[in-house]
Amino acid sequence: MGDNIVTGHYSETHRAAATPIVIVGHVDHGKSSLIGRLLYDTDSLQDGKLAQIVESSRKRGLAVEWSFLLDSLQIERDQGVTVDSTRIPFRLGSREFVIVDAPGHRQFLRNMITGAADAEAAVLVVDAKEGAQEQTRRHAMLLRLIGIRHVIVLLNKSDLLEFDEAKIVKVESDVRQLLGRLEIEVEAVVPASARDGDNIASRSERSLWYKGPTLVEALANVPPPASRAALPFRMPVQDVYRFDGVRYVAGRIERGTVRAGDRLAIGAQGQVATVAEVCRWHAPELPVAGAGESIALRLEPDLVPDRGDLLFPADDKAGAPERSARIRTRLFWLRGEPLRVGESFTLRLTTAEHDVTVASIDAVVDLEDLTLREGDSVPPDGFAEITLAASHAVLFDPFAPGFGDGRGVLVDRYQRIVGGAPLIGPAELADGEHAIHPTASRVSAARQVQTRGHKSGVFWLTGLPGSGKSTVARAAELALSEQAINATVLDGDTLRAGLCSDLGFSPEDRRENIRRAAHVAKILAESGQVVIVALVSPLEADRAQARQIVGENFHEVFVDTPLETCEKRDPKGLYAAARSGKIPEFTGVSAPYEAPVSPELRLAADRPEHDAVNTLTAFILRIVQP
Amino acid sequence: MTQTPILSRDQSSTPGAAASQAPSLAPSLAQPRIMDDLDQLEAQSIFILREAYRKLKPLSLLWSLGKDSNVMVWLARKAFMGRVPFPVMHVDTEKKFPEMYAFRDEYTKKWDLDLLLGYCPPVEEIDPSLPPAARSAARKTAGLAAMIEKHKLRGVIAGIRRDEQATRAKERVFSPRGAGHRWDVRNQPPEFWDQYATPYEDGMHIRVHPLLSWREIDIWRYIERENIPLVDLYFAKDGKRYRSLGDQDITSPIESNASTVAEVIAELETSRTSERAGRAMDHESEDVFERLRVAGYL
Repeated sequence: MGDNIVTGHYSETHRAAATPIVIVGHVDHGKSSLIGRLLYDTDSLQDGKLAQIVESSRKRGLAVEWSFLLDSLQIERDQGVTVDSTRIPFRLGSREFVIVDAPGHRQFLRNMITGAADAEAAVLVVDAKEGAQEQTRRHAMLLRLIGIRHVIVLLNKSDLLEFDEAKIVKVESDVRQLLGRLEIEVEAVVPASARDGDNIASRSERSLWYKGPTLVEALANVPPPASRAALPFRMPVQDVYRFDGVRYVAGRIERGTVRAGDRLAIGAQGQVATVAEVCRWHAPELPVAGAGESIALRLEPDLVPDRGDLLFPADDKAGAPERSARIRTRLFWLRGEPLRVGESFTLRLTTAEHDVTVASIDAVVDLEDLTLREGDSVPPDGFAEITLAASHAVLFDPFAPGFGDGRGVLVDRYQRIVGGAPLIGPAELADGEHAIHPTASRVSAARQVQTRGHKSGVFWLTGLPGSGKSTVARAAELALSEQAINATVLDGDTLRAGLCSDLGFSPEDRRENIRRAAHVAKILAESGQVVIVALVSPLEADRAQARQIVGENFHEVFVDTPLETCEKRDPKGLYAAARSGKIPEFTGVSAPYEAPVSPELRLAADRPEHDAVNTLTAFILRIVQP
Repeated sequence: MTQTPILSRDQSSTPGAAASQAPSLAPSLAQPRIMDDLDQLEAQSIFILREAYRKLKPLSLLWSLGKDSNVMVWLARKAFMGRVPFPVMHVDTEKKFPEMYAFRDEYTKKWDLDLLLGYCPPVEEIDPSLPPAARSAARKTAGLAAMIEKHKLRGVIAGIRRDEQATRAKERVFSPRGAGHRWDVRNQPPEFWDQYATPYEDGMHIRVHPLLSWREIDIWRYIERENIPLVDLYFAKDGKRYRSLGDQDITSPIESNASTVAEVIAELETSRTSERAGRAMDHESEDVFERLRVAGYL
């Protein structure tokens, strides 16, 4: 074996990269079985694999279970459900494919996206008898939002309809209509049976009326990826190195071509430099590089761009990227809690990171009929169109299926990916709308825990007037401080003395009081503080709103003191005043109190007060101590 | 073998030499090369290695001395203009073939690598409920865990591939490991559009897998194209060669007459058996590989 300076030979015959094909669809519509059948019929299984599957199936008392080919995790085999995506190489003639098996279960949507995001084409498996189901619609929506251009529909289990032409044409037209609404072009709709092999690799005797392609023919017809070399040049800076006195600007070319001598603009600042050299190591010398290549550039003058700065042609105004601090975007939302206006995230766009805030939720997708509705929140695993506001202008190219442009991702303070955000274009400000650009803390939640020694949280005490909320809250505050935990109490009277002194006790004003308290609590919690809120907050709906504002840090505590006890105590003489009609709309007397149905903690009144304090303190400690 | 200069270019085009000249302002008319499958795999791996170097510090690359990890070291040199700017790590079971130790010492020098050496605890200290070969393999997990603690690593680059083993097919490119280095296989983070998870808690680290999308035959074709050196054990002697290299006592050779890279490629193009067929631990029970991996095995 030699290790010399001459680069080894490059093959004369060009071998294209494997084409990734993702198999998606509703749970139990037969995705994994289809893949088993496809690999078996095209003779793509390794020796011993079939025997392994037969053995694993026998052990669980099943007939040959094709899905065991892919469901390699113990939990997947035992529960008969695909949890995570798998990829397996597969060949048709001289063309290489990679089959991606994506889970159909809604619970594993993030794994489906992980598998599907770089696919060139998708096979959407639909049970011919059941037709499109919820996950069929959700997956179809995702195919569009992650930008898959070629979709083949497989009407599986067509044997259950006896391959009857009229019945199958009816299902086909329903599915085509659904995908048409999503502007997805369907390459083929194949009536098939994965179990029996009809119209998978070979033409079925049972559907002689069908003149379209078999699945294998349809896959072979998927065109190779579109070339990105002719588009205007883009390279986001990935890193800048200095080795042996030479500065290298490293990155991957997202589109277009770069040549030594090209004049490039750098990022939003737009400084201009000339490409002095296109650098590679141990590769053919070429003064040019194209889309997809990971290279390094030497610039003249020797500027030092930041990671995330976009390099683009300096002298091509028509080919310049969009520039805007407000961006309209589509969204697929992956967090377990709904998204609300005003939440802040990091928008990752290739290697760039921008602080953004959700300025508005413009429309939410109704998954029942795939229409756009108005809405003020995006549910978990939901889809929407939103507007993001950044603190600075962002350079981007709008998203287009099949291309890498505009593929934004939202990341929360815990560095978790919580959503995909294909960027549509700059957002105009409506007349009279005031542009707000909230900023987000750059201190990560982990760092806050490190400096403070504890996590944050909002503990929302609700209960009747005189139930002892403020007393318990203040005592817990003291107990926590003895454990070196910083706690803040926001109680009703203190808030009403200042921040909310303009508010009365009407339902609207009470709601506003709660809204303000929730926002203050949220800001404090985001800075790492433990917050104890003591507010009557009598209505379930208002407390739900507070929970939505605060987010996952919200913990509801019910100070469950019966009305008689409160009235007996009456520390401020309010019950007496209310009974005599001096205070209108007094909670418990002349206004309703809706007790929480399932609070995270209930402080019962049939115990001495110090018990309630100890219980609350212990509860808080359990949550905030790392 | 000939010595490789750190930058394998001729003198007239070294960056230093070019930097002293004024750049030509006349754009070249040359066209970019059309990327083939190996070019695309290489470009993606370089992108991943550069992400790891930027985001995860301290970072180290696991150099097992096998063909895949040699390809990985090579790709790191591609990513960083001829050098590996972070240490490589060999977690030694002390049961490797002598040829492998000789190879390690030779190429540590030739490639100018910063080598960290770690050792594995004796098998008696390993979970006795594991089948024998798996128990032996699990020593490596313990040795690796000790190195991660010792060097406080936040990133470990490992050369696993999806096509090797079915649970590896479920992996992420950036795979977070929580406390105790466990792989939370039921709750992996989403990973799409080349956006990777980064650690957010103390005690976590990320396994980085730049070769995840490569197949065995891609590795060999790339070795051929780039002329990457390998331990001789991969090539047939007396009708046998090793297709995969583990410890001496739990790896067995296959029947083969392939004695050059080209012959190995030709053999693989017709082979229908799996690469790890010679690894004893894979055949001990259905779930053994998953158990090993959840506990931190590669």
